[in-house]
Amino acid sequence: MREGSHEGTRIVVGMATCGIAAGARPVLNAFVEEIAKRNLQNVTVVQTGCIGMCQFEPIVEVIAPGKEKVTYGMMSPEKAVRVVTDHIVNGNPVAEFTVAKLMK
Amino acid sequence: MRELSLNVLDIAQNSIVAGATLVELVVSEDTVNDRLTLVIADNGRGMTPEQLERVRDPFYTTRTTRKVGMGVPLFRMAAEMAGGELIIRSTVGEGTTVTATFGLKHIDRMPLGDMAGTVSTLIRLNPHLDFVYRHEVDGQSFELDTRILREVLDGVPLSEPDVMEWIDGNMAEGLLPLNRQA
Repeated sequence: MREGSHEGTRIVVGMATCGIAAGARPVLNAFVEEIAKRNLQNVTVVQTGCIGMCQFEPIVEVIAPGKEKVTYGMMSPEKAVRVVTDHIVNGNPVAEFTVAKLMK
Repeated sequence: MRELSLNVLDIAQNSIVAGATLVELVVSEDTVNDRLTLVIADNGRGMTPEQLERVRDPFYTTRTTRKVGMGVPLFRMAAEMAGGELIIRSTVGEGTTVTATFGLKHIDRMPLGDMAGTVSTLIRLNPHLDFVYRHEVDGQSFELDTRILREVLDGVPLSEPDVMEWIDGNMAEGLLPLNRQA
């Protein structure tokens, strides 16, 4: 379901026109595949619309329970795999992929 | 957009926002008449004639219906630059059908790209909705209908990794024998 369970980690992928044109589909599929491969429970991948930072698409937000939301920009399937390994599994957000870093 | 299948994914989002419970995606390749036709049909809330008129305008978007923005104009442009056109039929309370035609061999026609990827993404993100994907090439066709799968699955969600793996495999296998040009 779109809202999913709020207990687990949510991976939110921007799937508006801007996101799709920038390559959100392979990014989303990379997340789904990596999560399935690692058999991660309580991780859901959901979509959202345009959040107004189209120049940084594909944008992915990772919302882990009890943690601050991390917004990644200019994502690729390769970066998605890295986010799953470092952030979702090991709890270390990948600072270099964040929108905050890209804006500097 | 670099692939028409991405336009299809984008337009299908409008159907989902419009509250559709069934979205039909049809790809039809007709080599005799050199025509590629893409159809996205939904049973969502539909549009009024006034809304339909404004969908052509790339600057028509509001916060509440912001899925109406660049998506339709980009799809129209892709069709028109490849010797085709975009036609939208909509009835309030019944649904909307978007039909795009292209010259199959037209030099400016974008490749269809990963249509199975688009269908897979739509099912994964919206496991509670039903999708029909039909791909026809000169009379031969492949069809995936989640309503049929749902019956067989008897309560197991479509988004289950094993189910999605099967769906992806089924599409790959089913599309293989078609002599696809797009």
